[in-house]
Amino acid sequence: MTNDTVSWRGSFYLTAAFLLIWQITYMVIGDLALRSPAQTFTFAFELLKKPSFWPHLIETGKAFAAALVVAVLLGLAIGISLGLKKLAGDVFEPMLVALYSIPKVTLYPILLLTFGLGISAKIAFGALHGFIPVSLFTINAVRNVRPIFLKTGRVLKLGRMAMVRRIVIPAALPEIFSGLRIGFSLTMIGTVLGEMFASQKGLGYLLMNAIGLHNVDIIMAITLMLIIFAAGMSSILLMIDRRLHRRV
Amino acid sequence: MSQHNKTDIHVSLRGVTKIFRGADGGASVHALGPIDLDLKRGEFFAVVGPSGCGKSTLLEVLAGLSEVTEGDVRFEGKPIHGEVMDGVGVVFQEDACFPWMTVFDNIAFGLRQTQLTSSEIDKRVEQALAMMGLTPFAKSYPAQLSGGMRQRVCIARTLVLQPRLILLDEPFGALDQQTRLLMGEELLRLWRETGATIFLITHALDEAAMLADRIGVMSARPGRLLDIVETGWGADRDSRIVETEDFGKITAHLWQWLRGESMKAIARSGAAA
Amino acid sequence: MTFTGLLRLLVIGGLIGLIEILCRVGVIDNFTMPPPSRIALDLWRIVVTGKFNAAIVKTLSNAATAFVFAVTVGIAAGVMIHAAKPLRHALDPFFATYYAIPVLAFYPLLIILFGLGDAPKIIIAFMLGVVAVIVNTLNGLDRVPRVLLKTARMARLSRFATAIKITLPSATPYVLTGIKFAVAYALIGIIGSEFVMSTNGVGFEIAFAYNNFDNATMYPLILLVMIVSISINMVLVWWEKRLLSRRGLR
Repeated sequence: MTNDTVSWRGSFYLTAAFLLIWQITYMVIGDLALRSPAQTFTFAFELLKKPSFWPHLIETGKAFAAALVVAVLLGLAIGISLGLKKLAGDVFEPMLVALYSIPKVTLYPILLLTFGLGISAKIAFGALHGFIPVSLFTINAVRNVRPIFLKTGRVLKLGRMAMVRRIVIPAALPEIFSGLRIGFSLTMIGTVLGEMFASQKGLGYLLMNAIGLHNVDIIMAITLMLIIFAAGMSSILLMIDRRLHRRV
Repeated sequence: MSQHNKTDIHVSLRGVTKIFRGADGGASVHALGPIDLDLKRGEFFAVVGPSGCGKSTLLEVLAGLSEVTEGDVRFEGKPIHGEVMDGVGVVFQEDACFPWMTVFDNIAFGLRQTQLTSSEIDKRVEQALAMMGLTPFAKSYPAQLSGGMRQRVCIARTLVLQPRLILLDEPFGALDQQTRLLMGEELLRLWRETGATIFLITHALDEAAMLADRIGVMSARPGRLLDIVETGWGADRDSRIVETEDFGKITAHLWQWLRGESMKAIARSGAAA
Repeated sequence: MTFTGLLRLLVIGGLIGLIEILCRVGVIDNFTMPPPSRIALDLWRIVVTGKFNAAIVKTLSNAATAFVFAVTVGIAAGVMIHAAKPLRHALDPFFATYYAIPVLAFYPLLIILFGLGDAPKIIIAFMLGVVAVIVNTLNGLDRVPRVLLKTARMARLSRFATAIKITLPSATPYVLTGIKFAVAYALIGIIGSEFVMSTNGVGFEIAFAYNNFDNATMYPLILLVMIVSISINMVLVWWEKRLLSRRGLR
């Protein structure tokens, strides 16, 4: 794996390059379609200070947090049970993989009809995006626990629950965490996507609204906020991920 | 049942046979037996044989990890039925240290589900650490240790349970020759200190000849006992007996048996052994 | 048909049967979802009358375009990045966090730039797929066993010959994994964009049908999308399994 200090420098250069490209593109294309980095950052700051913005931020936050909890709990439960039982895993895993390849946005109308136009539909949609990678990674993680560990557990006369709690989960943790990391990002995307339809509150709604009104400032500012949050959280989770993998 | 005296039978096998049924309608494999064998309490017994002869299967049967297809296995008079018996400890060839725990926690692992108090557990673990020369490494993680040290941790983990029968499946197979000789001496020392019965599987004839009181020679698959060789060493032996003439005689005797069997095993296994 | 395959069919059949019963009995009301049998029938009618053929063709052709771009650019970029180590180190964290970024958030900007046509959708789908291809290509190139490359040098193979005879076949299964992702992402990107804002394509038709309470159109189209993406996925998985099992990797 790459040395962490080297990649920090690399990320810095990359971010700088990205900002540069952004600035140049803005200067070429102009105010009709874009805003410069400086303008977007300023606008975003102003937006964060406005009291009228806060309810939307909170709405998205609530929906995302709830969706994440559902996605993680559901994903872990499915992943561990399917990972431990060979037959069930063999039967159901391809079905999960197939579900993963479907453009989930097409399933959204079904969720809307089932849950109605409220926060539950968004939460369900976000969770739908997130629980699949968590399950798949967890299944794999549990399956790949080295057989010698399970043998050792048997020799030390561990009961089934103790095996799972004291051997399987700790052994599978690095890979499970990778699934959680990806599930985190996808849940966020799902939640915001869900908010773009049939919603009157939240960042997704603001985005959709701004598209309709051709409000480039808001579009760029919210996109920037989403990207910074997503990339930031993902980087932190990635660091934890790397550390977990290193101890093995 | 038998009296507890110096020569009483600790483990007995009668007609032990293991047949693996073929997966998905494939042919079944007669891996082991029939085997008749008695292990005396406190003796050091080694098993040698060609690849795939069923040595590991025999150990799994003794450990209670695998059920016999036919025959009878008894430990201290009680039948073993596919369940690990109290008082039996197992050390595998593969590194079984849990990488997410310190050496101390690894060794204490098996004790944590017993009724022992925290301080009793600590005491036993510290004893085992001292016995295996691991005390300076108590807070280290397995990844920081060499292969030989990790095997010591696995042995220590078995020792804290105070087993009366210790099964070792090629425990030093993954180590280099010099480390193996020294670990062999360690094992002899432990054997003397604990007084446990030891059952060791190894593919290395010199290792068996140096360590064991008696050596069982297994045939190619299906594994049966061709001969049991008595080494006649004193209990205070160490690796220097490899210099003696008797040592050469014993290994020669073993190889006499095994040369033919090993060739059979190689001829049979066209694919992966 | 393997035993697990049979079980799977039974499970799916059972699930569909259960939904059918719940719909007919009224637990799931008709407004929310019609019975699966009706959906299948409506789909058949749609396919036969060719009512949405234009939309289907539109979606599939856009997806194919995005897919082709993603795969060619992805593999080429993967090969080049693999050769340039410092660039690789700089880009690694970027690739690791890429899929956290809501790429669809760029869609409005692309529409402003390129108008409400095919280009923004194809670009979004391309952006989704290309990084998967790059990452998996890099992975495949990484995993060429060193000993094979040493063997090539012993046999005095030229750099080009090594690439063709050793590196490429060795990396193929991993590149195929990337291609698998590119297919899925191409469909997801196109249909997702069509759903959010578009004037044509299957995604648009589904959104339109939803807004007009037209379950008779919406559900069959959703089913169609599901069938297409699952079928393509199954074919690719089967191919990948064949490639890997020959090498004893699965």
